[in-house]
Amino acid sequence: MSTLVKNIIRFVLLILVQFFVLDKIHLHQMVTPYVYFLFIVWMPFKLSRTWQMLLAFALGFTLDSFRHQPGFHASACVLIAYLRPFIINILIPQEGADANYEEPSVRSMGGFFQYMIYIGIVTLIHHTWLFLLEAWEFGNIWYFLVKTILSTAISLLLILVAEALFARKQKFKTNTA
Amino acid sequence: MRNVFLFIRRYFNFLFFLLLQAFCIYLITHYNKYHSAVGAATMNEITGGINTQYNKIDYYLQLKKTNEQLIKDNEQLRNSLAQNFENPDTVNKVVTDSIPFDTLGNRRKWLYQRAKVVSNSVTTQSNFIVLGRGAGQQLNKDEGVIDPNNGVVGIVTDVSPNFAVVMSLLHKDSRISGILKNDPSGGGSIVWDGKEPNYLSFLNVRKSAKAKKGDTVITSGITPTFPYGMVIGTIDQITPDKSTNNFIIKLKTAANFYNLQYVYSIKNFQKTEINQLLEKAKSRINN
Repeated sequence: MSTLVKNIIRFVLLILVQFFVLDKIHLHQMVTPYVYFLFIVWMPFKLSRTWQMLLAFALGFTLDSFRHQPGFHASACVLIAYLRPFIINILIPQEGADANYEEPSVRSMGGFFQYMIYIGIVTLIHHTWLFLLEAWEFGNIWYFLVKTILSTAISLLLILVAEALFARKQKFKTNTA
Repeated sequence: MRNVFLFIRRYFNFLFFLLLQAFCIYLITHYNKYHSAVGAATMNEITGGINTQYNKIDYYLQLKKTNEQLIKDNEQLRNSLAQNFENPDTVNKVVTDSIPFDTLGNRRKWLYQRAKVVSNSVTTQSNFIVLGRGAGQQLNKDEGVIDPNNGVVGIVTDVSPNFAVVMSLLHKDSRISGILKNDPSGGGSIVWDGKEPNYLSFLNVRKSAKAKKGDTVITSGITPTFPYGMVIGTIDQITPDKSTNNFIIKLKTAANFYNLQYVYSIKNFQKTEINQLLEKAKSRINN
């Protein structure tokens, strides 16, 4: 399956799952799990940063349109898409791993621990920015903090489950290929 | 100029990021009421302070004009007072309070009480209007509600301490009786078919009644809810029904349900007594 087709399917599925499954589950007023930004997390390494941001905006805007509140998710997605290359650059261990593998995964990031940190940081930034926008003014800092931390934890759990359920096979590409 | 292009090319990603974020913030503030309100409040804090200072000076400079205006108003008020005093009959005072007796001992029958519309809908099959006046402010169940131009709006169906729910005329279960203003013998009941806001159906009007397009339909006064003569609407379309002896009449409502702001509820002080009497009569017949 080509990268393009795979990503289109991913986009559609993640949006549908987010809106029609996760948004309908009201776990607790504090906890709102989000997994749809896995699309951004799993975007190919070689995609240019402009495209990454544009696609992230499209993803966020699509979800916003479903929820009839334009702006929130688009903004959070654009933020993580912008910061993603920096995080990857810091975390990726071996030279050229981003050229040898297609997209971030446990193998390409050089271990489960690095990959977890990568996902964790992205999730935390996404949630913080999103809830910050929703709260807009710092009315209740404790509510905001607890909500962010709890939601991040639940989202991470769901992402791990998704990762375990749908194992992505990462081929090792050589430079010569 | 070249440097500018170089700068843009060098920091294109960051600038693009800022652009997208700005667009998101615009979307948020533009489409979300809470956020735009907060944004406006913050701006108001800043501009309001400046405006207050400016207004102080402006107000001082216009004191002369304000004074003239006040004198004019006072003159007018004095004149209207004089008109009242012209009348030698001091018992003929206008009573504006809500006491059910005037000074002559006449019983007050109808009392109008203003109320603010808090929420309103026209789009569903069962439309309700919420008023910002409730049982704590002497508004009771089953009172009629009219708009400032005497146009019938609906009937109060529920009251809480501070709010009241009015069943709008645009409700599928709403049913009030009306008569033609030009021909009081032509009466019928008014319902809503649920199709078009601001248009009602006037049923059971005999073909012998003198009805034509543009005629006014008013409340009959035979129910204890509305006094005689409150305008329900004007005839918009009139067609004879072939199968019965009645007209099919489409009414345009007098009240505009799209922009109700203030309404009056009408209290009938005789209603309790009438109802008690009716209950008594019914129970006697049933026994």
